[in-house]
Amino acid sequence: MSQSQPSTRRLARRVSWETILALLLLIAVAGGTFLNKDFLTSDNWANLLANFVEIALMALPLSLIVITNDIDLSVASMLGLSSSLLGLLWEYKLAMPLAILICLVVGALCGAFNGFMIVRFRLPSLAVTIGTLALFRGFAYIILGDKAIADFPPEYTGFGIGVIPYTFIPMPFVLFIVLALIFWVVLHHTTIGRSLYAVGGNQTAARFSGVNISRLKMLLFILSGVISALAGIVFTFRFSSSRADNGTGFELSAIAAVFLGGVTVQGGKGTVTGVVLSLLLIGVINNVLTLADVASEILRIVTGSLLIISILLPNLIASTRERLRLMQRQKEIAKLGTASVAK
Amino acid sequence: MIFLSRSKTLSTPTNHPMIINSLTRTIAVVCSVTFLGMVAYAQDKPIKKGLKFTAIPKNINNPYMVIQSGGAMDACKELGIEGKVVGPSETGASAQVPYINTAITQHQNAILIAANDPNALVPYLKKAIGQKITVVTLDSDTLPEGRNVFINQASAEGIGQSLVQTLARQIGSSGDFAILSATPNATNQNTWIKYMQEELKKPEYKDMKLVKIAYGNDEDQKSFTETQGLLQAYPSLKGIISPTSVGIAAAARYISTSPYKGKVALTGLGTPNQLREFVKDGTIKEFELWNPSDVGYLAAYAAAQIASGNIQGKEGETFAAGKLGTRTVGKDGVVLLGPPTVFNADNIDKFNF
Amino acid sequence: MTKELKSSADGHGWMNAFVRSRVGSLVLLIAVLTVLTTALNPRFVSPQSLKDLMLNVSIIALLVLGQTVIILMRQIDLSISSIVGITAFLSGTLFINYPGIPSVAVVLIAVLAGLVLGTVNAALIAWGRIPALITTLGTLYIFRGANYAWVHGRQVNAVNVPGSFLAIGTSTFVGIPLLTWIVLILLVIFAIGLRQYRVGREFYAIGSNPTAAVLAGINVSRRLATGFIVSGAIAGLAGALWLARFGTVDATAAEGIELTVITSTVVGGVAITGGVGTVVGAVLGALLLSVFSSTLVFLRVPSFWQQSFQGAMLLLAIAADAYLAYRHALRSRVKWSHV
Repeated sequence: MSQSQPSTRRLARRVSWETILALLLLIAVAGGTFLNKDFLTSDNWANLLANFVEIALMALPLSLIVITNDIDLSVASMLGLSSSLLGLLWEYKLAMPLAILICLVVGALCGAFNGFMIVRFRLPSLAVTIGTLALFRGFAYIILGDKAIADFPPEYTGFGIGVIPYTFIPMPFVLFIVLALIFWVVLHHTTIGRSLYAVGGNQTAARFSGVNISRLKMLLFILSGVISALAGIVFTFRFSSSRADNGTGFELSAIAAVFLGGVTVQGGKGTVTGVVLSLLLIGVINNVLTLADVASEILRIVTGSLLIISILLPNLIASTRERLRLMQRQKEIAKLGTASVAK
Repeated sequence: MIFLSRSKTLSTPTNHPMIINSLTRTIAVVCSVTFLGMVAYAQDKPIKKGLKFTAIPKNINNPYMVIQSGGAMDACKELGIEGKVVGPSETGASAQVPYINTAITQHQNAILIAANDPNALVPYLKKAIGQKITVVTLDSDTLPEGRNVFINQASAEGIGQSLVQTLARQIGSSGDFAILSATPNATNQNTWIKYMQEELKKPEYKDMKLVKIAYGNDEDQKSFTETQGLLQAYPSLKGIISPTSVGIAAAARYISTSPYKGKVALTGLGTPNQLREFVKDGTIKEFELWNPSDVGYLAAYAAAQIASGNIQGKEGETFAAGKLGTRTVGKDGVVLLGPPTVFNADNIDKFNF
Repeated sequence: MTKELKSSADGHGWMNAFVRSRVGSLVLLIAVLTVLTTALNPRFVSPQSLKDLMLNVSIIALLVLGQTVIILMRQIDLSISSIVGITAFLSGTLFINYPGIPSVAVVLIAVLAGLVLGTVNAALIAWGRIPALITTLGTLYIFRGANYAWVHGRQVNAVNVPGSFLAIGTSTFVGIPLLTWIVLILLVIFAIGLRQYRVGREFYAIGSNPTAAVLAGINVSRRLATGFIVSGAIAGLAGALWLARFGTVDATAAEGIELTVITSTVVGGVAITGGVGTVVGAVLGALLLSVFSSTLVFLRVPSFWQQSFQGAMLLLAIAADAYLAYRHALRSRVKWSHV
C-alpha cells in the first residue's frame, strides 16, 4: 500500500487490499447475523443500503481525485448547496426536471471553480477546498436561510424512498451502482483511467508522457461537483426536506471511505472496487452496531479506528517483513563470512 | 361508555314506583358492582405486558433531552416496559432516520421522538405506524400524519404570549429587543417565535420592536458569541428573549459579567438549576419552563395506552398518566402538559432540575 | 520549494521581505477594518467589545500556535477540536469531583492530558508512518467519540467552577484579559523558539524539503513527533482556558474549531505546503478573521453570510500567497515549481 518492498509486493499480489476488505465485510455480515435475527431481513438491508447512498455517490469522484494526489473537501457543501437550490427553485414553482438540471449545472460550476483555483492558479487543493467548503455552505445558507422546504412531488420523493419492486434494493442505490460501474470501467479499462494513475504516481513523468494534466484535473473537479449536486438532489428527495445544513459533515465520512478503500494519500494507487467494498463495510458495521443499540459515539470511534488501522496494519506488516529480510541477509552474510574464514 | 348506560339502568329502578324485592336488590347489587368495576377498569385499563419502547431525542448529548428522556424511562419502569434511549449526535434532518428504521427492524412497540425536522421523518414514521408501532412525538412535532399523538409541553400560543408579556413587563413595553433561538429549523422554536410575533401585533406592544433573531444552534459557545454580537450590533437593545435553555444560560453568563447587566433584560425558557445564580445576581428577573422530565413521562404513558389499545389518540379521549393524573387528547392529537411555571427570585430555590 | 532553504540559511533576503510584507499587510487590513467599522458604529472600540474581541481571539490564537508548527512541517492536525473538548470537560470534572483543587493543578492536568493525546497522534504519524491527514482525521473521530461517550449528555456549569478560575476569562490586567496575556506570553516563546533556536529552524527545513532535511541530518521523525505532542499540549491548555472563558462545557465543546484554526493559520501567511510563515503572522491571521467577523456583526450583515465570507477570505489569502511567491520567484529567477 505505501512503500512497497519486494517481499510485500509478493504478499500484495497474493492478498490484495480488496480481498482483505471483502473478508472483513463477510465477517461483519456474519457477526451481524449472529448478533441480531433481524439483520438479514430485506427491510434492514434496504435501510442499510439507502443510508449511505449520498456518501457513496460523493466518494466515487473523490477517489479519482485522491488517486491524482489531490483532495476535495467541499463535496458535502456542494451537496448542501444543491439541496438548498432545489428547494428554492421548487418554491418558485419551477418545473422539477428543469430545477434538477439547474442544480447539476450549478454543481458543475462549483467544481469548475475548485478546478480553476487548483489547476489554473496552482493552489494546494487541501487549502482551496477547505475554503470552498465554507464558501459553498455559506451560499446554501444565504439561499435558504432558516427556511426548510418540504412538499416535494411524490413522484420524486417516491424515487428517494422507494425500492426496486420485489427486491430490497433502494432506487437511489441503483443510481450508485450504475455510476460505480461506469467509474470502474473508466478507471481500470480506459486510457484516461490509466493516465489518472500516472498523474498520481509521478506527475512530471505523466506530463512528459503527453497527459494533459490540467484538463484531466479540471474534469475531475467538475465531475465531483456534478455528482455532489446529484447527491444533494437524492438527499432532498429521500428526506423530502431542503435545508441549508443538509449533509454537514458528510465529507469526512466520504474521505474516510476513500482512504479505507485503499486509495493512498500520495496517490497513484486504489481501485473502485476497494472504495465500494469499504463503503459497504462501513455501512454494515454502522447498521450492525445500531441494531445492537450501540451508542452513536461508538460508531464514530469505530470509523476512526478503521481508518487508522487500514493504513497502520500494512505499514507494520511491511516494516516487519523488511526487518525479517534484513535479519535473514545478515545471517547469510555471517555464514558466508565464517565459511570463507574456515577456508 | 357502557357504564353510562349501566347507570341509566341503575337509576330507573329508583324512579319507578316498584317494590324493592329481593330480585331487584340482586340486580341492583350486580349492577353497582359492575358499574364500579367498569369505572375502575376505565381508570386502570391494563397496559400490555412485554412492551418495548424506543425514545429518540433530538440529539443524544443534549442535557435538556437527557432530563426529558429520563422522565420517559421512569414511566417505562413504572409500567414494566422495556425502554431505551438512542439517538444521533447531530441535529440534521436525516440524523434520526437510522434510529427510526432500527426501531422498526427491532419490532419495537412504540417510538417516542423529539423531531429534528417536521417533514423529513414523516415517510419513515409512517412506515412505523404501518407496522403497528405507536409513534408519539414530544417537544418538537412532525406533520400530524407521522404520529399518533404529540405531547406539547405547553400551548405554543401560550408560550409565545407569556414570553412577550414577561419581557414587556421588564422593559416597560417599549424598546428594541432580540430573540436568541436554537437551530434555525427547530419546529418548536419557530412555532413559538411565530406566536411571539402574533402577540407583538397587539396595540399595547406598539413601541416594542423585534430587531433580530439570532441562532445559537443550542451550542453554548455559539449562543455566547451570538449574545455578544447582538449587544454589539444593536446599542439600543433593551431586552433578549431566549426560548432555549442552552441559549438563555449562555446569554445570562455573558451579560452578568458585562456592563449590560441590569440594563438589558433577559428572559426565556431555562432550567432553574442553571439560572439560579443569575436570578440571584439580578441578570434575570423572571423566566419560565415546565419540567422536561414530565414531558417524557407523559409521552411514555400516552404511548403505553395507545400501544395497549386503550385509546387511539383521537380528540376527546382520556387516559391515565400515572402521577400526572388523567389526561385528555386535544385537537390534532395534541396532548398538553399544562401551563409553564414562572420562576423568579421568590420561588427558584424550591426546584431542583 | 528550494528557495526557502537557501534563504533560511542567511536569515535575510527575500524570505524576510516576503514575511514582513505578509505581516505588514495583515496589520494594515486589521487597521482598515477597525477604522471602517468604528466610523459606522463607535461601539466597536468600546472597552467591552474590545475585551470580547480579545477573549474570542485568544483561544483560537493559542491553537494557531500549535497548528503553525505542524503546518510548517507540511503536516496537518485536525484532531485539536476533539482534544480541546476532552480537556475542557476534564477541567470541569476535576473542579466538580475535587472541590478546592488549585487552578494551577487543573491547568497542568489538562495540558498533560492534551500531551498524552498528542502523543497518540505523534506515534501514529512518526512511528506508524501514517500520513498526518488520515491520522488526525481518524483521531478527530476517535477522540470526539470518546468525549461523547464520557460526557454523555452531562455538562459542566459555571456554578461548578470556582470564581478564581473563571476570573482568568473575565478579569483584566492593564486592560487586557488574563487569558490574552497567557496567549501573548506563549506567542513570544514560540516566536523566539522558531526563529532563534535550531529546533525551530529544523521545523522550517522539514517543511521546505523533507528529503533534504533527512540528508542534512535532521531527525525528522523526532521533530514530527515533537510537533504533534506540542500541538496536543497546546490544545490541552486551550481546553482549560475554554472552561475559564465560557464556564459551560458539554459534549459538543469546540466542535468544528479546527477549520477556523487552519484558516487563520493560512490567512496568517503559513503556507499549507510548509516551510513558510511565522507564528506572529498566524496569530495576526486569527485576529484578522475575528475582527472581520465582528465587523460583519456590527454592520448587521445577516449571520448567514458569515461562513461564505470566511471561505472567501481563505481563498483570497492563499491566492495572494501564491501570487506573491510567483512574483518573488520571477524576480529572483529561481525555478518555481508547483507543489
